[in-house]
Amino acid sequence: MPKIKLPRSSPRLDMTPMVDLAFLLVTFFMLTTQFRADEPVVVDMPSSQARMILSDSLSTKLILITLGQDGKVFFDLTDRNKRVELIKAINTDKKLSLTDQEIATFSNLSAIGVPFKNLKQYINLAPEQRKQVSVGIPTDSTNNELEAWVLYAKKISPYNIAVKGDRKAQFKTFKTIVKTLTGIHANRFSLITGLEAGEDNKK
Amino acid sequence: MSEVQSSDSGSKKGGKPKAKKQSTHIDMTPMVDLAFLLLTFFMLATTFNKPAVMEVAMPDDTVDKKDQTELDDDDAFTVLLGENNKLLYYLGIGKNGNAPQLVSSDYSPKGLRQALITRLALRPKLMVLIKPSDKSSYKNLVDVFDEMNITKQKRFAMVAITPEEDKFLESK
Repeated sequence: MPKIKLPRSSPRLDMTPMVDLAFLLVTFFMLTTQFRADEPVVVDMPSSQARMILSDSLSTKLILITLGQDGKVFFDLTDRNKRVELIKAINTDKKLSLTDQEIATFSNLSAIGVPFKNLKQYINLAPEQRKQVSVGIPTDSTNNELEAWVLYAKKISPYNIAVKGDRKAQFKTFKTIVKTLTGIHANRFSLITGLEAGEDNKK
Repeated sequence: MSEVQSSDSGSKKGGKPKAKKQSTHIDMTPMVDLAFLLLTFFMLATTFNKPAVMEVAMPDDTVDKKDQTELDDDDAFTVLLGENNKLLYYLGIGKNGNAPQLVSSDYSPKGLRQALITRLALRPKLMVLIKPSDKSSYKNLVDVFDEMNITKQKRFAMVAITPEEDKFLESK
């Protein structure tokens, strides 16, 4: 007896619905995505039940002070259009002798974590090297450059100040930031935290 | 020769020349590959959870001492934050010379939160003094601020820790 041949079904299947869905999702994610800015430090924010969400309009008009796990302090002005103005003022006052090209590069950088004297060298480094030389902005009482940064930025516009700290950062460094801010009468500022789920989930 | 032609001309037999029907199926695999690659990329690169902000207002240093009202000792609630998530609290400011009744607590809902709620029920004008030691972490501070938020405690301040209180944290 001859073997019964099963009707072979075609190995091809109609992928059109799948492709439709895939492209729909691609489009959705492309339009909603906001790229994470390349941060010089990875900050693991503590979570809180604060329900005020950092909106887009707010987060692009901030003086953002980042506090790394190891106590390094970074400064960022999230208002991209005003960064040129900021660095030009600093360039003149601190005599950094930055070229127009370097000023343009600066305006595209993320948070800054180097003293003023190293700023020129920092700008000219390759992106992957920048992370290594970021030693944090000096906050000592004798040479408080963080204060200078905030004052220069405040001169441009009365920005809100936000502090984004790592959960493991020591309170000591945070205290110096607070001291710096209250020293220049910036008594109101926000702490950026992650969202926490329900009240019961809190450890 | 004729046979080769026959395959072409064979269909012509007696009819109109029909265009050869092309299959409507195209191989979509590369396109799907690409689509899913992009999908994966955007899914991973996107940041969905927007961070929350917590407003903090620090007292103005320049305010004249005369304008400030003295805090009633019974209305005070002092929280000490130490190393390794250690947390102590006591009632009062601890100015009167006698050692305060220190209570060891933690950041759980049953710890500091419960103590705050209990005290707040007795003393509605409670003022919480948060004193983090240099060794406490930033997370500890945010957690305590968060507790204030949860218990709807409006009156609280971050105050510098005294050397004696630092010793309490060391010894306990």
